[in-house]
Amino acid sequence: MQPINLTSALAAGKDLVAKVQTASGVDVKACYQCGKCSAGCPVAFAMDYTPRQVMRMLQLGLAEETIKSRAIWLCAQCETCSARCPRSLEPAKVMEALRIEAKRAGFEADDEIATFNEKFLRSVASNGRVFEAGLIVGYNMATVQPLKDAGVAPSMLAKGKLKLFPSKIRGRDVINRMFTKAEKMEADNK
Amino acid sequence: MKYAYYPGCSLHSTGIEYNMSTLAVAKKLNVELEEIPDWNCCGASAGHTTNHLLGLALPARNLAIAEKQGLDVMAPCASCYNRMKTAEVAVKSSPEIRAKVAEITEMDYAGNSGVKSALEVFLKEVGLEKIKASLVRNLGGMKVAAYYGCLLVRPNGIGMDDPEDPMTMDDMITALGGEAVQWPFKTECCGASLPTARSKVGLKMVNDILQMADISGVDAIVTACPLCFVNLDMRQNDLNKKAGGNFNIPIFYFTELLAIALGEKPGKVGVKKHFVSTAQVLDKYNLK
Amino acid sequence: MRKVGVFVCHCGSNIAGTVDVEKVAQEAAKFPNVVFATDYKYMCSEPGQQVIKDAIKEHNLDRVVVASCSPRMHEPTFRRCIQTGGLNPYLLEMANIREHCSWVHPDKAKGTVKAIDLVRKAAAKVVKNEPLQKSSINITKRALVIGGGIAGIQVALDIADAGFPVTIVEKEPTIGGRMAQIDKTFPTLDCSACILTPKMVDAAQHPNIEIISYAEVDKVEGYVGNFDITIRKKARSVDMNKCTGCGTCWEKCPTKVDSEFDMQLGKRKAIYTPFPQAVPNKPVIDREHCLKFKTGKCGICEKVCPTGAVDFTMEDELITQQYGAIVVATGFDQFDHSVYGEYGYGKYPDVITGLHFERLVNASGPTMGKIKRPSDHKVPETVVFIKCVGSRDEAKGKTYCSRTCCMYTAKHATLMAEKVKGSKSYIFYMDVRTPGKGYEEFYKRTQGEYGAQYIRGRVSKVYPKGDKLVVRGEDSLLGRPVEIEADMVVLASAMVARSDAGDLARTLGISYDKDNFFTEAHPKLRPVETHTAGVFLAGACQGPKDIPDSVAQAGAAAAKAIGLLAKSQMETEATVSQVDESRCSGCLLCKSICPYKAIDVKIIAERVGGKTVERQVASVNKSLCQGCGACTVACRAGSLNLLGFTNEQILAEVEAVCL
Repeated sequence: MQPINLTSALAAGKDLVAKVQTASGVDVKACYQCGKCSAGCPVAFAMDYTPRQVMRMLQLGLAEETIKSRAIWLCAQCETCSARCPRSLEPAKVMEALRIEAKRAGFEADDEIATFNEKFLRSVASNGRVFEAGLIVGYNMATVQPLKDAGVAPSMLAKGKLKLFPSKIRGRDVINRMFTKAEKMEADNK
Repeated sequence: MKYAYYPGCSLHSTGIEYNMSTLAVAKKLNVELEEIPDWNCCGASAGHTTNHLLGLALPARNLAIAEKQGLDVMAPCASCYNRMKTAEVAVKSSPEIRAKVAEITEMDYAGNSGVKSALEVFLKEVGLEKIKASLVRNLGGMKVAAYYGCLLVRPNGIGMDDPEDPMTMDDMITALGGEAVQWPFKTECCGASLPTARSKVGLKMVNDILQMADISGVDAIVTACPLCFVNLDMRQNDLNKKAGGNFNIPIFYFTELLAIALGEKPGKVGVKKHFVSTAQVLDKYNLK
Repeated sequence: MRKVGVFVCHCGSNIAGTVDVEKVAQEAAKFPNVVFATDYKYMCSEPGQQVIKDAIKEHNLDRVVVASCSPRMHEPTFRRCIQTGGLNPYLLEMANIREHCSWVHPDKAKGTVKAIDLVRKAAAKVVKNEPLQKSSINITKRALVIGGGIAGIQVALDIADAGFPVTIVEKEPTIGGRMAQIDKTFPTLDCSACILTPKMVDAAQHPNIEIISYAEVDKVEGYVGNFDITIRKKARSVDMNKCTGCGTCWEKCPTKVDSEFDMQLGKRKAIYTPFPQAVPNKPVIDREHCLKFKTGKCGICEKVCPTGAVDFTMEDELITQQYGAIVVATGFDQFDHSVYGEYGYGKYPDVITGLHFERLVNASGPTMGKIKRPSDHKVPETVVFIKCVGSRDEAKGKTYCSRTCCMYTAKHATLMAEKVKGSKSYIFYMDVRTPGKGYEEFYKRTQGEYGAQYIRGRVSKVYPKGDKLVVRGEDSLLGRPVEIEADMVVLASAMVARSDAGDLARTLGISYDKDNFFTEAHPKLRPVETHTAGVFLAGACQGPKDIPDSVAQAGAAAAKAIGLLAKSQMETEATVSQVDESRCSGCLLCKSICPYKAIDVKIIAERVGGKTVERQVASVNKSLCQGCGACTVACRAGSLNLLGFTNEQILAEVEAVCL
C-alpha cells in the first residue's frame, strides 16, 4: 500500500472539500470517527468505503477518491446516519453533495444507479411526471439487462399498475425550463 | 376538513391501491380532497441527489399551486411527503432559497401552505377517537407489524414521528382491533430504488426486513410508502425464487386496512392487486 | 491638590504587543493631578513594585494608578505595595488595560486610544479615593457538609480530626452514597464496602461529627464565617432515640418496593434501611408505598417494634444552626439512557447500566453476586459493553467525557471473566482513556489476561432477536460493520449532575455550569473553592470524578475549611456601605433588600426648631456588609454610599471618559 502524502493531499483536496462542506452544510472536521453512521448504515455492507471512511477521506483531503467511490452511489439516503450522529452532523447530506460533485466531474462509479437516476429525471423533465414503464424499460436497456424485472411487467399491466403511455402534464415546458435553470444556477454558484 | 391532494406519480401507477384506499378513507372520514391541478413529480431521491436546487424546486412548484388554492397539502407517499416537507422548511427558513426557488419555478411559494402525510391527516387530525367511533368492523386481533421506513420519520426536523420507535400506525392497528406487533425493524431502510437499480444489494435489505417480520410472527405488514410497498410485496417472489426464501407475508397500505375497518369492501380498495395474496389473511380475520 | 502617580505595565508583550504603553504613560502625565507617569515591563515584579515605592517617595505621591491586568489578579499585590510605600492601600486604582483592552483589540492604534481612556478614568477616580480601614468579625467554628458519600465522609473526618465540629446532612436514610452501591474498586479490585464501611463507622463514632440523614438543606442565610442554615429533617416515622436497629419491623413489613439502592433490580420493604451496613442503621418509612399511609390499615411495624419507636404522626422538623464553612459534596446521578431509541429507549430489560451491573455482581445485591440477566435470570455468556453512552454525545447527551467509564468498564469485563468462566466480553469504545496510577496496566490486563475484546466504534443499534440482543457496530479500525448476538448489554452511562443541583446552587448562592455541575472559583488555581466565600466543593458534584480523585478533592476542601475555621477572627472588606444620617429618611427600603442582613434601624436624636426630635435611620453593620452596593441603588434619598465606589467616584470616572 502506497503511503499517502498528506501535505499534498490536503492541498489538492482543499477546493473540493470546501465545496462539499458548503453544499452539505456539514463541517467534516467535526466528525470524530466514532463509526455510528457506518454501524447503522443499511447499505454499508456493499460499500467500498463506509460513510465514516468517506468522512475521514474528506478530513484528509482525499476528496477525489470519495467522488470516485461506489459508496456515494449506494447510499440510499435513508438518513439513519444523520438521525443518530452524536455530533449532529449529517453524513447523508455529504453523500448527496459528493454525488452531485461526482456527476459534475464526470465520475459515476456506479453506472447502474447513476443511469437509473438519470432515466428517472429524464422522464420527469419530458413529462412532468415519472413514466414508470418507460423508466424500467429504458433503464434495463441502458444497463443491458433487458429481461430484468420483465417477468413482473405483464402482471403489473394487468393489475393496472403500469401504464403503457406516459401521463404528461400541461406545464411540462415549465418543468423543462426548471431543469435547465436549476442546472445553470448550481453551476454558476460553484 | 379540506386538503389539497398530492397523489404523486406512484399513486397513479405502482401504488394505485394506495390511491384507491386513500380516497376511500377520505370519503368515509369526511376529509375533502382537491387534487393539485397539473401537479408534477417531486423528483424523489434522484432529484435532490442530482441537483440540490432542483430537489427543492420540483416539490415547491406543487406547494405554490396549493398555496394558490389556499390549502395545506396531503401527500400520502412517504417520499413525496419528505421532499415537500424539506422544501417547505427550506423556503420558510431562508429568503434566499425562496427567491432562487421562485426564479426556477416561475412561481412564488411563500411557505404558507404546508404539507402533511396521510398518516397525520387521518390518524392525528381526524384522530383515532373519531375513527373508533366510525368503525364498522375490526381486525379481530390480526397480528400486524407497522413498517414506517425512512422518509416519514427522518431526518430530524422533517420526520413526522419518532425516528427509532414510531407509533402512529401501531396506535391505529390497536384502535382497529388488531395486535400491533412490536418489532425492531420499523424504520430500517428497504433500499428504496436499490432493489431495482442494484438488485443484489437491494434484495438483501428487503430480505432482512421480511425475515425479521417473519420471526416476529406477524400476519401482515402495514406501510405508508408506495416504494416500501413495492419492495416488500413484489420482491417476495424474487427472494423466494432467487434467494431460496419462503416468504408469504401480505403487505397492506395503512389506508387499506383503515378503509376495510370503516366498512369499505376490500375489493374496492385494491387489495386484490397485490403480488402477495391478501385473501387468506382477510379470510382468517373475517374481513372479506 | 492631589499628587497622582501612574504606572503602566507592558505585561511582557501581553499589553505592549497591542498597546503603545509609552504613549499611554506620556498622555497620562498630562492628566489633572498626575505628577508622575512611567511604564515598566512587569509592574508586578519585585523591581516593578520598587519603581512604585521609589516614585511615592521621590514625588511625594498620595494616590497611585496602576494600568495593567484585571484587579482580580493583582489588586492585592499593588495594595500591599503602596502600603509598604507608606500609603493607605485603598488609595490605589487599577486600570485594566489587558483583559479589557489589549487582549480583545488587535488594532494597536485603537487599543492605545482605549487604554489612555481607561487610565484617564482611573486617574479621575483615584483623586476622590479616601483611606479606608478593614474591620473584623468572629467566626463560628463549625462546618456543614452537604452529602454523605465518600467525598462528604472524607471531608467530615478531616475537619473533625482537626478539632472542629462537623454536621453531615444526607438526603438518603444512610450515608455511603454511590460508593456503597459499587462492588469492587479499580485498579486494585478491592471490595468497595470493605474500604468504605470503616469510614462510615468512623464518621458515626467521631465525637466531632453529627450525622443528620434523611434530611436536606432548606435555607442558607448569612455569609462566610457565620452562615445560618436551616435543615429539614424529613419525617422518618421512626424515633431515632428509641430505635435499636433490630430489624424486626422490616422483616415483618408486608409491602415490597423496588429498591433504589439495587437500581430497581431487587426489592426492599416500605420500612427499610437501604443496605445492611447502613449508617445510621435505623429505618425510615417510605410513606408513598406504606400501607398504613396509603390505606390506614396495617401498622404491623408499630406492633412488632419492641421499643415503640415507630411513630406514624412524625412530621418534618426544621432545625437552624450556625456554621462557619460549608462543603458541598452531593455527588452525581447516572445519565438516563432512555433518550436512546436505538438502544431501546430503556425498554429492553437486558440492556442495563454500569450501576445495575455493580448490583448484579455484588454479594449483597439482588442476585447474591451471581451475575444473572434481569429478564429471565439466565447467566449471560456473551456480554457487550458500550462506552460513552450519554458522554461525548452532543446530540442526545453531554459534551464531556465522564472520566470513569473506561476504567469501570474494564473492571466489569474483568469481573465477568472471573465470575462467569468461559464468558466473552466485547467492549465498544471510541477512545480508551486511562490516565491514573495503575490504570493503563489494569486496562492491559483486561485485554490480555481476561480476554476482553475491544472494538473501536460506537454502537448504532441494539435490538432483540429471540432471547438474544443483536448489537450492531462498526469496527472502525477495520472499516467493516460488525454484529454481535449478546445475552446482555451494559451501557457505560455518563455521570451527570444531581437533578436538583440547580436548586441547591441557588439556595447556597453558588454558580453552576451548563451541565449543572457546581463551578469552582478557578479551574486550575482554586479548584475546591466557589465564588461564594466560605463554600467549598468536593467530589463529583463539581464534575465527573472517580473515587481517588473525590477523596483527594475532599482532603483539599477540608484543608480550606480548616484554614477558615482556624482563624479566631476574620477580616472583612473595607469597601462597605455608609449612611449619611442627615439625608436618610428612615424608609428602610435598604434593610429589606440587603442580602446579608447588614442593615438595621437606629434611632437618632436631632434638634429641630429648638426641640429634640427622635427619628429612625438606617445603620450599616460593617462586619456583615459585603459591599454589594444593592442598597445604594435602592436608596431614594441618595444617603447610602459604597466606600471605594462612591457616587462621586463613579461620576468622576464617567465624566473623565464622556466629557
